[in-house]
Amino acid sequence: MIKHEIFEKNSIILLIGILIVVSIGGLIEIAPLFFLESTIEKVKGMRPYSPLELAGRNIYIREGCYNCHSQMIRSLKDEVERYGPYSLAAESMYDHPFQWGSKRTGPDLARVGSKYSDDWHREHLVNPRGIVPESVMPGYPFLLDTPLYYKDIKEHLEANRMVGVPYSDEMIETAMEDVRNQVDPDADTDGLLARYPKAQVRDFDGNPKVLSEMDALIAYLQMLGTLVDFSAYKAEGQNQR
Amino acid sequence: MTRETTANARLSVDGWVTVVALLIGAFYATLTAARTEDPVMSVHAYIFAGAFILGLFGIIKAYYDNSECLADQPAGAETTIRYNLDIVKAGVIASVFWGIAGFLAGDTIAFQLAYPDLNFDASFFNFGRLRPLHTSAVIFAFGGNVLIATSFYVVQRTCKARLPGTLAPWFVFWGYQLFIVIAATGYLMGATQGKEYAEPEWYADLWLTIVWVVYLFVFLGTLWKRQEPHIYVANWFYLAFIATIAMLHIINNLAVPVSWTSSKSYVLFAGVQDALTQWWYGHNAVGFFLTAGFLAIMYYFVPKRAGRPVYSYRLSIVHFWSLIFMYIWAGPHHLHYTALPDWAQTLGMTFSIMLWMPSWGGMINGLMTLSGAWDKLRTDPVLRMLVVSVAFYGMSTFEGPVMSIKAVNSLSHYTDWTVGHVHSGALGWVAYVSFGALYCLVPWLWNRTQLYSLKLVSYHFWISTFGILLYITSMWVSGILQGLMWRAYNDLGFLEYSFVETVEAMNPFYWIRAIGGAFFVVGSLIMAYNLWRTARGDLRVESRSLAPEAVPNPVAAA
Repeated sequence: MIKHEIFEKNSIILLIGILIVVSIGGLIEIAPLFFLESTIEKVKGMRPYSPLELAGRNIYIREGCYNCHSQMIRSLKDEVERYGPYSLAAESMYDHPFQWGSKRTGPDLARVGSKYSDDWHREHLVNPRGIVPESVMPGYPFLLDTPLYYKDIKEHLEANRMVGVPYSDEMIETAMEDVRNQVDPDADTDGLLARYPKAQVRDFDGNPKVLSEMDALIAYLQMLGTLVDFSAYKAEGQNQR
Repeated sequence: MTRETTANARLSVDGWVTVVALLIGAFYATLTAARTEDPVMSVHAYIFAGAFILGLFGIIKAYYDNSECLADQPAGAETTIRYNLDIVKAGVIASVFWGIAGFLAGDTIAFQLAYPDLNFDASFFNFGRLRPLHTSAVIFAFGGNVLIATSFYVVQRTCKARLPGTLAPWFVFWGYQLFIVIAATGYLMGATQGKEYAEPEWYADLWLTIVWVVYLFVFLGTLWKRQEPHIYVANWFYLAFIATIAMLHIINNLAVPVSWTSSKSYVLFAGVQDALTQWWYGHNAVGFFLTAGFLAIMYYFVPKRAGRPVYSYRLSIVHFWSLIFMYIWAGPHHLHYTALPDWAQTLGMTFSIMLWMPSWGGMINGLMTLSGAWDKLRTDPVLRMLVVSVAFYGMSTFEGPVMSIKAVNSLSHYTDWTVGHVHSGALGWVAYVSFGALYCLVPWLWNRTQLYSLKLVSYHFWISTFGILLYITSMWVSGILQGLMWRAYNDLGFLEYSFVETVEAMNPFYWIRAIGGAFFVVGSLIMAYNLWRTARGDLRVESRSLAPEAVPNPVAAA
């Protein structure tokens, strides 16, 4: 039997021992997720975020929405009935970072897209208790007045490409105009829709004069959970509980 | 001993390295401030530049003042060991300051949940930005400073060696405070990576990495200089804490910044891989920051205060290796029934349940250290605080494995039960063991025979214990209630409650929790007052002197 003295008398051996012992769990548990193909389902419809949706997602992160809202419907009967089909790993495959959340002070948002009108979202974000009296959500009226800063949106797409999101050269080139076109119902959006199928094009915040942070955030909320067509995906099977 | 007799301060090697690094840093930060269009980055670049320049001034002033902190061998070091206690004093002050700030932030957001108008709908004061401020302030600012202060104290005492370097320990201390300021101001301005407990953006993470590596070397350097043949058990835990946190921090925060002048970055991993990496990090922030580090405090301060040796040496060994081996696996229990593959969930649950054993082994080792000294619990409120902290540790490390069972987790996850569980560990264990250590340290460091008032310690103990009980019981009720409401069906087979009905049902418990938190804040203010008067050298006249001789002052004895 090895005497424990070895560790107690040599700080470097102690340090190496610690590093080996704390590495084993991570290596066995996390590393396979990057290699096992079954980890992420093959689904139709997933695409990178449109530049406007990405900007909206960054506002979602900036305001700390994840502190109270999950984006992960668990495979439990009541959750599937309340929120819709349980979330697939594929649905967050382009999420850097993931926003599954850990607390539901408010409801899950994984499939909130297209459930409420833009007007509802705008009013609710400006004054939550004006729409839902029992709500404990803070209000975000400043989003309406703040113009969206998107001068560096190209660099955002490039950074995403570096961490593995398949943005094409074309997507990066057209990022600026794609932001503008997605809030402009009169724009020529064929290119935008070809690059980002199912992207919703309209003025989201009710004020066509300003491209506001509210536009971006609502565009993001309205697309959540709308990409994968669940009529074509069999979600039952061993995962349904 | 007068100043003149000390060796004339010269800048040592680490002193020169620090000066050059600060100059480069100040230059680069100023350059970034000039080039960036990002308002957050601009503010932070100015803060960095200002801090670096202040640091330079500090060194120049110390140089011309012939300050002892620049001398490698302080006066008298030839005959006796001169410990670096100034750094510990600074850590104690910072701990108390950040502790109160973090508790206040926490109680503020607790009241926001009870009465949402308190958000004032002003971006920087909204719950979503203040909640990371609270968690980081209590974990990293309060907890981190307690760990730095106590580790620097314990490693010196148990190795009979002074911290190595002259400026290196101070770089660790001030560098860490700078990290806290950058992180906190970032949250308020909306700079966040969006990963819980890992919110600081890429440049704050890089800065912390530098500070942490120096911390590791200052700690190791003291071990290398030690005059004791064996490394004391508390130091194993401190070393595991420092090394593992470095690994977790670096891997979980790998990210690509949008540009060198942008505060925004995109983390390297996505979706399910990011989720497991995050909770591998998140749960081991609990395991190694809030557990291993604070167990080191237990292994030094409980025996010291009780005047008894650690209960079992063999149990210490088993406790140490099994704890650090098993904790690493526990992360997936944060992701039950999610899109994480089932095999990973089951593995995480299995290890979480097994983790109960080493946790209670540690608790037993701590509690049984009191055998033969149980009577001191009656007379010494500081020891009472330490012992109750170990009891809370036992309670929350039992509750944790229970909640990691998938069937239980399906009810508890996403609810306040989790919040209550975290706080029974954070308030009952981490904060109490810290308070106990602070109550021990202040008289030792400032050379006082005893605390200003043991009666005030007693008040602190009872007031904050009452607060903790309000907190965790209200969160049990609200969490289980909400979990049951979410899954309730009516006779026709439909979900019985809308989501917002379950929010409405939480309101009374949010009030009780916030009031409990206020008790805890009051307790910490009492402590701050007591410690301040102790440091000043005051002694409160109390009708019943509580065991004044019980705890000899090790500094005076040295």
